[in-house]
Amino acid sequence: MVEFRMPSLGADMEAGTLVEWLVKPGDRVKRGDVVAVVETQKGAIEIEVFETGQIEQILVGLNSKVSVGTPLARIQTEVIDKADVAVAPAATVAEVPPRALPAVPQPSPPASMVLPVVTAPRVASIARMSPAARRLADMHRVDLATVTGSGPGGAIIRADVERRLVAAPVSAEKKRSTGLNLDAMRTAIAAAMARSKREIPHYYLEHQIDVTPCEQWLTRINASRPPENRMLMAALAAKSVALAARRFTAFNGFYRDGKYEAASAVHLGIAIAIRGGGLAAPALHDADRLPLDELMARMRDLVQRTRAGRIRSSEMADSTITVSSLGERGVETLYGVIYPPQVALVGFGKVVLRPWLVDGAVGPRSVVTITLAADHRVSDGHAGALFLAEIGKLLQESEKL
Amino acid sequence: MNETDIRTVLQEELGNIAPEMDLQKLDPTADLREALDIDSMDFLNFVVAIHHRLGVDIPELDYPKLITLDGAATYLKSKLGVSKS
Repeated sequence: MVEFRMPSLGADMEAGTLVEWLVKPGDRVKRGDVVAVVETQKGAIEIEVFETGQIEQILVGLNSKVSVGTPLARIQTEVIDKADVAVAPAATVAEVPPRALPAVPQPSPPASMVLPVVTAPRVASIARMSPAARRLADMHRVDLATVTGSGPGGAIIRADVERRLVAAPVSAEKKRSTGLNLDAMRTAIAAAMARSKREIPHYYLEHQIDVTPCEQWLTRINASRPPENRMLMAALAAKSVALAARRFTAFNGFYRDGKYEAASAVHLGIAIAIRGGGLAAPALHDADRLPLDELMARMRDLVQRTRAGRIRSSEMADSTITVSSLGERGVETLYGVIYPPQVALVGFGKVVLRPWLVDGAVGPRSVVTITLAADHRVSDGHAGALFLAEIGKLLQESEKL
Repeated sequence: MNETDIRTVLQEELGNIAPEMDLQKLDPTADLREALDIDSMDFLNFVVAIHHRLGVDIPELDYPKLITLDGAATYLKSKLGVSKS
């Protein structure tokens, strides 16, 4: 059995308030499942489990503020279920922290004893929903008690939620607040950026790229796709940076305790502006290995969840490099501030129409300015220039991404 | 479905994207991107939601017709074959 604890979602976090449980005792969970929502300085964060097993007991009730490391629930893990412990060699047992391996598997207490907290009908229905249905319901604030499931065992599937949406749209009063505290977010940004400018000797490079072929390619592929499968330039930019970061290891990693450590994976931080004045940069995990369509789908989901105040715990702390894109509005060039302990930030300005030389003749072309802010303790301008040029080259060959 | 229904759907979906804005006060002729501070990703999510709710196909080339509330209502009305309500 293991204890599921309040995670640390950044060096500045000391405590969090538990605002929602999505599981109840007896529910099976697997690694990566979202089981609770915690309110922090950075907004409401969805907390994932790292074990596979069964929720045995919930230890912290709703709206309790507890410090980092406090046990929130006990999980009976699969290993214990199978009683593999008994046959494990003594040496192995000794190396494992004692709390993970009780000598005897403990019997589950009767259900009546372990349900002190939340068993609202809503929680029960969530357990029997497909993830796609849950996402859609969340997005439109659908009250799940009003949805009839038609899936296996009465489970609610996406089509059920869609039917409910068409039948009777959700009233505006049902909307919940986004759970984003912009003042607290500003404090967190201020702390991180002040540290960045104090400690990181930034250098900056910029590079202009003709993205006309890239735009033409997007128009062509999007013409035959339904809206949910359409691609945006932002996804091409993200993939280009991720692929280049995998090759140029001096820009993808962490500078900590006086030394640099290159990361073995590329977790791309996506800088997302929050309406009303805020900024978050949650991680898109393994962005270099995601097929482009998948990367786009995850990015769209990430942006939507972040703006709604629903970031997941695993997305908060482990970005290895950040990309920031100004989008269609605004200006041509962005000079980034590196998010410590990362060592690089790649910026994309607004795409603009400019006179440009193509095969010896001047014509109108779509041009984007890409910038690199990098850490001089780790790399120099020469390597930075090669890194930035590689990103530009990849972006221009978008059909190969 | 009449024009009022279409406008209700539009208001609700914009509300999901920009929950903190007071949509009752939104100028129906204003550029939504400016008025609600929405970017291309938000706009795509808006189009996806409209597509799901109303079953209307919205090609990328038609996006400019959707950038104001009035424009979007007119566009969807003609797509759905709705006469004046």
